[in-house]
Formats: sequence, structure tokens, C-alpha cells
Amino acid sequence: MKSTLIKNRIQEKISTKDNLLSIYFTAGFPQLQDTRKVISNLAEAGVDMIEIGLPNSDPIADGEVIQKSSTQALQNGMSTSLLFQQLKGIREEIEIPLIIMGYFNTMLQFGVEKFCRTCADLGIDGIIMPDLPVEVYEKDYKDIFEKYELNFICLITPQTSEERIRKIDQVSTGFIYMVSTASTTGKTSGFGPQEIDYFKRIRNMNLKNKCIVGFGIKDQKSFSQVCQYAKGGIIGSAFIQSLKENGIDKIGEFVKQIRTSH
Amino acid sequence: MIKNGYYGEFGGAYIPEMLYPAVEELRANYEEILASPNFQKEFQELLEVYVGRPTPLYFAKNLSQKAGCKVYLKREDLCHTGAHKINNTIGQILLAKHLGKKRIIAETGAGQHGVATATACALMGLECIVYMGAKDILRQAPNVSRMKMLGAKVVAAESGSKTLKDATNEAIRDWINHPESTHYIIGSVVGPHPYPDLVARLQSVISKEVKKQLLKYEGRDYPDYLVACVGGGSNAAGLYYDYLEDERTQIIAVEAAGKGLLSKETAATTQLGKVGIIHGSKTLLMQNTDGQITEPYSISAGLDYPGIGPMHAHLFTSKRATFMSIDDSEAMQAGLMLSQTEGIIPAIETSHAFAIFNHKKFEPDDVVVFNLSGRGDKDLATYIDYFKLDQQ
Repeated sequence: MKSTLIKNRIQEKISTKDNLLSIYFTAGFPQLQDTRKVISNLAEAGVDMIEIGLPNSDPIADGEVIQKSSTQALQNGMSTSLLFQQLKGIREEIEIPLIIMGYFNTMLQFGVEKFCRTCADLGIDGIIMPDLPVEVYEKDYKDIFEKYELNFICLITPQTSEERIRKIDQVSTGFIYMVSTASTTGKTSGFGPQEIDYFKRIRNMNLKNKCIVGFGIKDQKSFSQVCQYAKGGIIGSAFIQSLKENGIDKIGEFVKQIRTSH
Repeated sequence: MIKNGYYGEFGGAYIPEMLYPAVEELRANYEEILASPNFQKEFQELLEVYVGRPTPLYFAKNLSQKAGCKVYLKREDLCHTGAHKINNTIGQILLAKHLGKKRIIAETGAGQHGVATATACALMGLECIVYMGAKDILRQAPNVSRMKMLGAKVVAAESGSKTLKDATNEAIRDWINHPESTHYIIGSVVGPHPYPDLVARLQSVISKEVKKQLLKYEGRDYPDYLVACVGGGSNAAGLYYDYLEDERTQIIAVEAAGKGLLSKETAATTQLGKVGIIHGSKTLLMQNTDGQITEPYSISAGLDYPGIGPMHAHLFTSKRATFMSIDDSEAMQAGLMLSQTEGIIPAIETSHAFAIFNHKKFEPDDVVVFNLSGRGDKDLATYIDYFKLDQQ
């Protein structure tokens, strides 16, 4: 297997910093034109990475909060091509890594190569497609991702076998998205001994990729908990809930409250 | 026909990693369990004494005269619970027991698969949770009551369009959250591999019986035509299964055109769909240019699914099957026609198949086998309303 030599802002960030805070938001939510403002507010607030969610009509891996934001974003008129339009020139303003997260059908309909080319042109650093299995990626799409120097970030869960984690580690680039518990997004709160054991088990596997934990992180406590065992944490549902309740002007405060004590 | 989980380019398992262990457990075990003597003994016994199999293959004399060919009806409507759906749920509940699962989830549209699942769970003493779109719960009240009476918990899917596709999403989410204790009984030949193959195998009892019965009645074990309605496609898959490689038999699949192919209120997936991913399977589905799934429509709740099983997508693109689409009014008229010609009130899903006589001429010697997949009791309110039967 050809080794992967992608080196972009994600690799740079991972190699220079700990306690990484990555924030997921749904593009086009709460308002269609909020995408750029959400990104710049997050960057200004000092988050380390941003996952831009491409809304989907049937987001099977997501819980209620992200689902509803997706439905709202689609009703607002969000689409793949509109998101790409909104992101034009983003690299003149934003330096931190940007990742697109979505469901594979959206990418497939846009055209996988065209999608990757557009991402590369815009300065996107990686893609997370939870329902594109690693085997299919490797067989059909890896060459395209590599051609455009895009990281393909895979997920693992507490139920993923060691053998499969090793395989995913070989294929995944940038980092591994470590799902904290067997759940859809936004379901759990706080981590118990079971999760901590899992975090430790993965840490002791000495994978080539660093792991960033997602699902179930919603506040300073859960964030600092995962940072003890992994490279950082991803917050999605809790951030979207805050956007819904407090609006995009309070993004700085949300991030600050997660960061306190770090 | 299936190779590594794919029918031609269709199929596969496009699932998030959270679902992988549960789907993989099923994939790694289903063939062996299905082939085991223990499973086969239990399954065959239950099909016989509980479901009521073999179902008759009935030579429909009046309809044959009318249609000018030899029409046979495979009477799946006589199965316990009133449709073919129970063949699959009995098989899958036994599979779930072999896998040591304690909790069963299912999705349902019209409620037939929900009732068949609740029935199987009651029989086996397993916990049963059925996801059903909030809109469908209102439209299909009698089936909701049946499920409850059978001891199942019916959970309303409030997301998206609040119909079958959303009920399926909710069932998948439930499975993600309970991967170890739970078996998900999908009701059609859809979803990630191995489901399309698993459900098709369990339903293949239909074609196996047709073979034996035709040999007895016609002196040959194959028909000239097989006809079935297709939503996700489980009754069709069951009828076609043993004839897929037999080119002497022509296959006709009937989709619901709803209010017409141009009306935007339709469920004719092969006519309007494009290749994409739905519920973990690469297949034909109705979607907008952005890959968002569009809501289907048909007067029959069992056919309004925005996708089609990957096996059928392959039968369509490879031209092994001929696909026809029948709109609401033709289907309703065909339901009335069958009721009054043969004394059998079919489910509205099934009625679609009988409308093909308007579009297709058969030769007098042609042996045409229809899958009479379900009975019309559940649809009485719709029939009454449509034909104003209460005002006659």
C-alpha cells in the first residue's frame, strides 16, 4: 500500500499543539448566510479546528439537535454548491484547519472528484464522511483524496475491534475521530469508567494517527476529561444548541467557557 | 446474483462505523445460521403451523377468462397477519435468538411489517419496539392498535417528513445506541448488506412453493411471467428469487406512480430515481440534484418508499425485469376488479400489480403468476372513501 504523505494545516496543528478544541456546526444554520460569520467568530474565539457540516435530509448518525439544525439549514436553502460559494476566499481570513463533514450521498451527487477539487481550491484540509466505509474509500476514492491532498478522517467506536482499528489507522489521515460511546450525536453526558478504559486502551495502542474524541462532549469538564487521554475533543450538538439559544454573537463566550482552566 | 454484498453496482453497506460491529456480526453469521438444520427445522415448522404455509397457488378462472391468459394467484394474503411480511419476521426472530439478542426493533410504514414483527416478538417473548412515522400513525390507526395489543411499543418518528424513511432513520439510530442487545428486523429487501440478501432468502419460500405448485397444475415448474408490486421490494424478491437465473420466465415489477410520473407525487423510483445511497445501500432513489432524499407519494402506504432494494435496481438496469408504473386510480380500479371478479379484496399495494392488464397483452397460453402479497382489510377505509361505498 502506498503510504500517505498528506501534510496540511491539520498535520501542522496536530504536531504543534495539545488539548485541541474542534467545533462542528451545520452550514446554513441558524440563518442561511451565517456560515462565514460562525467560522470567523469561532476562529477569533481561538478554537483549533472547525468542522463544517453539510446538512443532510437523512442524517442517520446524528441525534436530534444536529438533525433539526440540518432540516432547518435545508429549509433555509443550503446546498453543496451554495456552501462552496459561501466559502470562496475563506483562506484570506482564516488560518486554522477546516474540515467538511457530511454524508456520502451528498458528495456522490456533486461528483466525488469535483467535490475534492473544489475543497482543495477553497483550502479545505480534510473530509469526514461517516457513512463512507473505509473499505470502499480505500478501493474507490483514496487516490482522488490524495491527488487533492485532502485528509480522510475515519471514525472508531468502543465496539471497533483492535484489528479494524489498526486497519483504520492505516487508511485514516490527519487524525482519527474517536467516538466516545455507542451513540448518535448529542446523546451522552459525562464519561464514566467504561469510557475512560476505552480512552486508555486506544492511547496504549500507539496508533500512527492522533485521536480526537467526539460525541458526548458538552462542557469544560467533559472536554478536559478527554484531553487527558487524547489529542483533543470535538463539540457539535452542545455548540449547535448554544447557537440556537444564544445566537452567533455569543460564540466567543461558549468557547471561553469550554476553555476555562486550559 | 449477489457478489460481495453487491448486485451489479448496487448494494454494499454504506454505514457509519457505529453500526459496523452489529451489521458485521449479522453478515458473518447469517448464512451459516440460515443453513443450519436447527434453524431450518424451526423455521419450516413455524411457517407451516403458525404462518399457514404453503399458501395456495390459485388458478383464477374468471380473471383468466377476462384477461385472455392463464392467471395464477399466489395467496400470500392468506398468511397469518394478512401479508407476506411475516415470512421475514419469523425468520429474523429465529436468527435474533440464535445471535442471543433480547430486544427487537423495526420500522414500519403502513404498519404491516410492524404488526408482523410484533406478532413474532409476542410468539417468542422478546421486547419489541416499532418506529413509525408520526404521520403514518395517524393514517394507519388500526395497525397501531394491533401492534399495541400484541405488546409492542410504537414510537413515533417525528423527524423529517414523519413517514417510512424517517421511521427507518430512527430505527437505525436506535440500533446505533443499542448495538449489542438489539436486532433490527428490516421489513424489506433494503438497507445495508446483508439485509437485502437475508430478507430475499427468507421470502424465497414464495417462489419455492410456486415451483412445486406449478409443476402440479401445469406440468412445468416455471411460468411465462411473474408479476409483483414493488415498494422496497420484498414480496417481489420472494416471488422472483428461484427464477432469477431462469430466462424462460419474464419478470414484471410494478411500481406506484401515485398521481402520475409528472406530478411530483409519485413513488416510481426506477422511472425518476438516480443512483445514490439510502439507509446504507447504494441503489436507485428519488432525490434532488443535491442528494437530499425527496418524499414519495402513493395511495398505498406500503409502496411509498423513496428507494428500491438493490436487487431490483440491478434487475432494472440489467433489463432482467420489466418495470411498469401504475397510478393511484388504476390501482384502485384494479382492486375493485379483482374483488368482484374473484371474490378477493387485495391490499392496495397488491392492486397495483393487477392494473397491468390495461397496458400489457398476454397470449392465451401464457402462464402468469401474480403475487397476491396482502389482503385489503387494512385498506377498507381507503377503498370506502375512494369508491364512496358508504353512500351506495
